[in-house]
Amino acid sequence: MIPDLGKYASEVLSAYAVSFLLLVLIVAVSVKRSMTVRNRLRAFEARRKKR
Amino acid sequence: MSSFWEYANPKRFMQISSAAVPWIGGAALLCLVIGLGWGFFYTPDDFRQGSTVKIIYLHVPAALMAINAWLMMLVASLVWLIRRHHVSALAARAAAPVGATLTVIALATGAIWGQPMWGTWWVWDPRLTSFLILFLFYLGYIALWEAIEDPDTAADLTSVLCLVGSVFALLSRYAVLFWNQGLHQGATLSLDKEENISNVYYVPLLISIAGFVLFFISLVLYRTRTEIRARRLRALIARERLA
Repeated sequence: MIPDLGKYASEVLSAYAVSFLLLVLIVAVSVKRSMTVRNRLRAFEARRKKR
Repeated sequence: MSSFWEYANPKRFMQISSAAVPWIGGAALLCLVIGLGWGFFYTPDDFRQGSTVKIIYLHVPAALMAINAWLMMLVASLVWLIRRHHVSALAARAAAPVGATLTVIALATGAIWGQPMWGTWWVWDPRLTSFLILFLFYLGYIALWEAIEDPDTAADLTSVLCLVGSVFALLSRYAVLFWNQGLHQGATLSLDKEENISNVYYVPLLISIAGFVLFFISLVLYRTRTEIRARRLRALIARERLA
């Protein structure tokens, strides 16, 4: 499945691994913060409406 | 035709971005899968660099977007300073962590690529050094937003910092042309056929670049939506405290 990367296999694979990890991390952090803020805003607005 | 400034209205921005983010995000994912998959699995090794040439599909788009992210922040900051549109200041704030991440990817993949090709992970080459300074500017910009409580003051000061940092964003792009010394090669993409990379690598690289551009746009739109909500939440809390 993985092409023959020869003597530079570790360099190529680590470059891809680091990049994917960082891309996934920034997406995950963004989604988590979005959900936190959205839930807090919804809860706050619902509390205001009740009053 | 509606005015461009209509999108500076947070409500209008939320409506449009809500529809746009899934499409742009989907297109980004598609381009990344095709570009990186093609580059990794179906392009040959370079006669000099061997299989390390496959790092180009990550390194070049990430470096390109690291610089362009700052330039986008510059435009948004100028819009804030001149027209005081909150969405533009929040978009600049939303873009900074994405730009910083892309800068780290460019620096990390560059170091990993440089080790077998140059025999060193790092060298104080003009382009590498200006890129490292750009990364420090990203960190400073993010820290400044977090450090100042009043959002308008934070937007003012970070905008000024963004203007100053733009010098390094441009410097990191053109450093190779300004100074001839250093290990880093010139531009990978060129309109000059002799200078441009081989067609075998060119097409998947273009698709990867498109993927990174779309990824940046979709994530910045998504994060700007979060910043708009966070700003509204802060305003509501402040209003309640005053009441």
